[in-house]
Amino acid sequence: MENALDILARLWETSGFFMMVSDWRQLIMIVIALFLLYLGLVKKFEPLLLIGIAFGMLLVNLPGSDMYHPELWDGYIAGTVTITDIFHQGGLLDILYIGVKSGLYPSLIFMGVGAMTDFGPLIANPKSLILGAAAQIGIFGAFLLAGAIGFSPNVAASIGIIGGADGPTAIWLTSKLAPEYLAPIAIAAYSYMALIPLIQPPVMRLLTTEEERKIKMDQLRPVSKKEKIIFPIVVTVFVVLLLPSVAPLLGCLMLGNLFKESGLTDRLSDTAQNALMNIVTIFLSISVGGTALYYRFLTLQTIEIIVLGLLAFEMATIGGLLLGKLMCKVTGGKINPLIGSAGVSAVPMAARVSQKEGQRANPSNFLLMHAMGPNVAGVIGSAVAAGFLLAVFGG
Amino acid sequence: MSVAEYLINSLLGICVVFFALILLIGIITIMTKLNITDEPKKAKGAAAEPAAAPAAAAAERPLAPGSAGDLKLYDTDPRDAAMIMAIVADELQKPLNELRFISIREIAPEKD
Repeated sequence: MENALDILARLWETSGFFMMVSDWRQLIMIVIALFLLYLGLVKKFEPLLLIGIAFGMLLVNLPGSDMYHPELWDGYIAGTVTITDIFHQGGLLDILYIGVKSGLYPSLIFMGVGAMTDFGPLIANPKSLILGAAAQIGIFGAFLLAGAIGFSPNVAASIGIIGGADGPTAIWLTSKLAPEYLAPIAIAAYSYMALIPLIQPPVMRLLTTEEERKIKMDQLRPVSKKEKIIFPIVVTVFVVLLLPSVAPLLGCLMLGNLFKESGLTDRLSDTAQNALMNIVTIFLSISVGGTALYYRFLTLQTIEIIVLGLLAFEMATIGGLLLGKLMCKVTGGKINPLIGSAGVSAVPMAARVSQKEGQRANPSNFLLMHAMGPNVAGVIGSAVAAGFLLAVFGG
Repeated sequence: MSVAEYLINSLLGICVVFFALILLIGIITIMTKLNITDEPKKAKGAAAEPAAAPAAAAAERPLAPGSAGDLKLYDTDPRDAAMIMAIVADELQKPLNELRFISIREIAPEKD
């Protein structure tokens, strides 16, 4: 019979504490997860997502938790493991991750976003679509930089999409092109989205004059209900015909919006923007955080992705602002260039930053509704950019 | 892939995004030109007549449950008023239904 000391020694060797001592990187990941939890809980940076992501990260890096197995997913991509194998051999987070890998969660979140979005300001001022397009320069600028420093095209495309400032789009594209980098890319995208009130204003003040920031814009025309109903249908038809790969994201976005605008499906609209959105957010955030396993996350590439993501956001802001300045000149000062920076998606945070900066320069300035046009145009623009990248590199 | 190929793909991508969104501008412009409104088209003469009716109806309308009364607007558009109320609620971090707005008046800008 074993003596008590042997039993205690074996218990110690099978405990998570012993395993943690054997690899200090897990301890670092636990500290990072706790820091992200602090940002979400105390600093209130995107708490709806960051808390779930941080907790997922914490769970998988607790030694012995055995909740996520990236090797199974590598096998799935290589064709040696089937979904049935993942159900049999995987942990809880492997099963939740199926929704990320299939693109289900990002698309359902887009449906909720659509049900919460008012495209009225965009329909009233269609020129704001140009600003939404200009801000996508951040995506392609970061893609170019990532390629130049040696990332493969698929990874560079996934890094670039951080500049779209749209979490679900970033997750959707990365899960298809570079799933091994999902955690750093999703964390960078959501962290920078939460930091938009800190990231954008210095660039906005640097690139615009006091006089430009003071510009008051004319009131937008009222948009009829019929226009709002026709808009999602027409956008879906034309954009999906142009770029079929964008169908899951854009289709769900516009379906959610049609639920809202039709006035006949209030129950569905309510479900899409509340219950469904909340459930999917829980699954998405935990499973994305769960991909941040220490031996995959603690690499030089993660630091490069974080830096490139910041550059992508800044380039997107600069792109929108410069086109805003151009439109200001062309229209004889009728457009406040500050609304250009809202062309990065991040609805409605980026529009609120434009509003705050405009009001800082001129307290009687109300840019919020004007900035919402480029803001929702940015959502469509980043979805189109993601569709393009998937069409080119997803084959 | 070389840097030149990355550059070509970037330029192509941004062109596709601009093309798609410019296409949407065209579609929205056509929708606007088609004058798609919620109201059935009326004869010009008949259009002015019912304009005063909503004001009278509003005066007689009973208050909604929980309402603190009608908001008085002076030189302020209802849309601007709604936006101001939303911004005030957001700045104060309080739900809109916990705030009471009595009137909103546009103040003329100060002359230098």
